Amino acid sequence: MSNIHELVVLSGKGGTGKTSLVGALAALAPDKVLCDADVDAADLHLLLHPEVRVRHDFYGGHKAKIDSDRCVQCGECFNWCRFGAISESLVINPFLCEGCGVCWYLCSAKAIDFPESHCGEWFISDTRFGPLVHARLGIAEENSGKLVTLVRREARRLAEEQSRDWILTDGPPGIGCPVIASLGDASAVLIITEPSIAGRHDLERVAALAQHFGLPVFVLVNKADLHWRTAQEISQFCGEKGYGFLGFLPFDADFTRAQVEGKTIMEYNNQKLQVILQQVWGRLLSEIAIQKTNKDASRPAQNQE
Amino acid sequence: MIISIASGKGGTGKTTIAVNLALALDEPAHLLDCDVEEPNAHLFLRPEITTSLPFEVEVPAIDQAKCTLCGKCQEICQFNAIAVLPEKVLTFPELCHSCGGCSLVCPAEAVFADKRLVGQVETGYRGKIAFTHGRLRVGEIMAPPLIRRVKGEISPQDLNIIDAAPGTSCPVVTTLWGSDAVILVTEPTPFGLNDLELAVGVTRELNIPCGLVINRTDMGDRRVHEYAARENLPILLEIPFDREAAEVYARGSLLVEELQRWRHLMEELLTKLSQDLLPQRKIKDV
Repeated sequence: MSNIHELVVLSGKGGTGKTSLVGALAALAPDKVLCDADVDAADLHLLLHPEVRVRHDFYGGHKAKIDSDRCVQCGECFNWCRFGAISESLVINPFLCEGCGVCWYLCSAKAIDFPESHCGEWFISDTRFGPLVHARLGIAEENSGKLVTLVRREARRLAEEQSRDWILTDGPPGIGCPVIASLGDASAVLIITEPSIAGRHDLERVAALAQHFGLPVFVLVNKADLHWRTAQEISQFCGEKGYGFLGFLPFDADFTRAQVEGKTIMEYNNQKLQVILQQVWGRLLSEIAIQKTNKDASRPAQNQE
Repeated sequence: MIISIASGKGGTGKTTIAVNLALALDEPAHLLDCDVEEPNAHLFLRPEITTSLPFEVEVPAIDQAKCTLCGKCQEICQFNAIAVLPEKVLTFPELCHSCGGCSLVCPAEAVFADKRLVGQVETGYRGKIAFTHGRLRVGEIMAPPLIRRVKGEISPQDLNIIDAAPGTSCPVVTTLWGSDAVILVTEPTPFGLNDLELAVGVTRELNIPCGLVINRTDMGDRRVHEYAARENLPILLEIPFDREAAEVYARGSLLVEELQRWRHLMEELLTKLSQDLLPQRKIKDV
């Protein structure tokens, strides 16, 4: 096992401040590789202004296409397709095609092609905080999960190659396919949430998912002063569940102002937020150290049993 | 008619607009929450749930006694959900997309249909608003089949308002497919603009007219407005940052019920929607 520590920032609910937080951590963490795993709405580059070094195409899956010259109009494919992607006039709608290949495989006239589809691009770039691996999924394309797996694998390869201790991963919202793809082999999950009924509901689901994968969970409440009572309840909830609680960030329009200037909040003139974020990073490091000690301590005990 | 609310960027106010718009209508409407990964509309609407059904997808199981180990099922499967070993066949139901290819191709009729739980579909109502949402099981990746199932509750002759997930990939495309119009809720920030451009790209690929709601319109810059002008996208509504509204939202209360100005905002949105986005289909007398 390598000593690389990958911290994946998630939120469940969108718009709670994942990317702004990753920007701040990029400025705070030593020796790291940055990874934008929110491939279908990637924003981290707007703070980090990457200089692209390497660009690759991403092919993710296939789409079926009927060649009308070869087609004998038997209509069997229309009956086979479970996704309603083939019209009665035997034309395949690419938005509905699942890429299962059933029509292509079974067509007796061999009239269906099944080419690999170009779904996007991914990049290795330089930034003022270190290397960044990021991607752009094509418009209305699929397989974001595969692309997430790919950018994370490249970030890890880069970290190993350059002996960097940390990977900071900006994760996608939700709890589905791309989020699950962002968790395999991760070291810990940092969930940034907001003190609303929706923020809390979504935090519970994404934290349960991280636990399902056996990952340690840390929680930070953003915009805490918009509803202090809920913010406190979230902190209490984390205590009950054994999630590491990292603190509260106030609602502050400077996050937006810094973003407009293309800066992380650590590069913007707001000492109050900078001090809080430094404390958050410090708390995270000590919590991780404690967990590591506990884990090491429990190992010989397990052997004795 | 189907009006979907989407955004690209998360946290811009999709659910707030969807729920409050439904409540502001004079006519009955059907609100569908298609953000099955993190459904939130019910937290605000608080509907009375009348049915709650498990949603299962079909996955293959193998009758090992009939199986001849010919390997055709593994060959047709594009999702690595079947592995034919020297002695037996293994299936990986969580990778299966339920295309039915393995069962079609099996010469020995050894593939039979099993079920796998993906989530829950719940329906209910609040007053004259019918409500449907899906809840993806934690740990499950197959959001699109559940979204299609939720959309199966749509009656096209009714007015349907759909709350979509953030992003621009499969769950959003699955949700928006078949909509008559899309309201894109955004914010005038660099992140908001970047993700808005992607979301507009999706609506154009799908050939669905869209208009914008710019939330927190006084926080950020003017680049979203300039983009809208350049691309001829109608701005349906602009909402300034409102701390009181943020607090009402945070505790899960309904803005149109608590703040008179929000009732006016939703009425303005309905009027603009009728004028700019759906001139041929009347949803409000103007």
